[in-house]
Amino acid sequence: MDVRYEAPETLQAAVALLAGASGPARILAGGTDVIVQMETDLIEPALLVDIKKIPETRQITPEAGGFRIGAAVPGMEIMGHAGLCKAWPGVLDGVKLIGSIQVRGRASIGGNLCNASPAADSVPPLIAAGAIARIVGSKGTREVPVEQIPAGPGKTTLAKDEIIVSFLLPPRPPHSGDAYQRFTPRTEMDIAVVGVGVNLTLDNGGTCTAARVALGAVAPTVLLSKECADALIGTKVDDAALERLAAAASAACKPIDDKRGTKEYRIKVAGVLARRTALQALDVARKN
Amino acid sequence: MAKKYHVTTTVNGDEYEYLCEPQQTLLDILRDELTLTGTKEGCATGDCGACTVMVDGVMVCSCLVLAVETDGCKVETIEGMAQGDKLHPLQQKFLELNGTQCGICTPGILIAARELLKRNPDPTESEIRYWLAGNLCRCTGYDKIIRSVQAAAKEMRGG
Repeated sequence: MDVRYEAPETLQAAVALLAGASGPARILAGGTDVIVQMETDLIEPALLVDIKKIPETRQITPEAGGFRIGAAVPGMEIMGHAGLCKAWPGVLDGVKLIGSIQVRGRASIGGNLCNASPAADSVPPLIAAGAIARIVGSKGTREVPVEQIPAGPGKTTLAKDEIIVSFLLPPRPPHSGDAYQRFTPRTEMDIAVVGVGVNLTLDNGGTCTAARVALGAVAPTVLLSKECADALIGTKVDDAALERLAAAASAACKPIDDKRGTKEYRIKVAGVLARRTALQALDVARKN
Repeated sequence: MAKKYHVTTTVNGDEYEYLCEPQQTLLDILRDELTLTGTKEGCATGDCGACTVMVDGVMVCSCLVLAVETDGCKVETIEGMAQGDKLHPLQQKFLELNGTQCGICTPGILIAARELLKRNPDPTESEIRYWLAGNLCRCTGYDKIIRSVQAAAKEMRGG
């Protein structure tokens, strides 16, 4: 099938191309999923819209005390941004686990999210961070929490003519910390059996005043678990709280059996990993 | 007939013009159109790193880049590594220390290792292993590869 390639330089032009597409269209950012899917005939797009020439998708800028990250910024560029990495080490850890250095030379967090794999490594820390996606389409711009984007494996809630342009990471209150851990048999170049993102804030006395916990690879979409957050909020993140967190994480899982792990295994690992990740986030928060 | 796209790409300092279809990867064009077959195809899905090249100074798998995306870009491949007959110290050490077995992974590993040494002239063994995690060696000759990179790094540091 013939593919048409377009690399518009404005969002309006990109949206118009998508809106006017007569056949299946795909957005091309880093291409590390899209090109593989084309190569293996999983998708046969009639139109590829390369969004990398649109400046808004390629910048990391301070905004409102936080950071705005372009949806197509490659992982290696994110890893090279000192201010962002210091404020959000958990987001950084998620990005660092995407593929190899070669893959991260291209792969973006917008693509990682829109590929909609339940095991995407940057998605749990972005959700835990409270990241907001800026989406542009024919009907205008909307700002949507990242957890509302995935709809199931390979599916998102975006309309045909919508593009994620960027993500806003909010400002950090004092004594805040985030972390992402995943469980894989191999440390590099592997896909999460379970991934957990934790973001928490402590008061001056060390009591947790806010928490967000996201679980990856244990359900059709990455889960934001209120029960997990509630297990931490109001506590000193002590053993009893971590015990409740682990139980809540295991209870939230709706995993599948596959070659990477059985349901039972994923449920067990989610609890263990939630505890470890919370301790890592706690350690970061205490130092901030 | 699919629409062909006119692309101009600089490869190892030489400008190439070619026509390509949008789904053709940079790897396809390097090997089949420009006959620069030093870059190898392993998996064609970004898992093995055999096709590693530099595009505008960024290390990528050329199987995961569309050729049409490289219009106006500067690409560096293994063919540009030696200066005439003079091998790069990494190439020399891979020869001397048998860092190459079947050879399929070697061009990608050399490109990746050169980029590592540019950023970090004195990497630890662990740093080398992590940096090369995206380059698979099917012969499992990793120890000799690591030793070759260490030896080249030492020489490039001046002894």
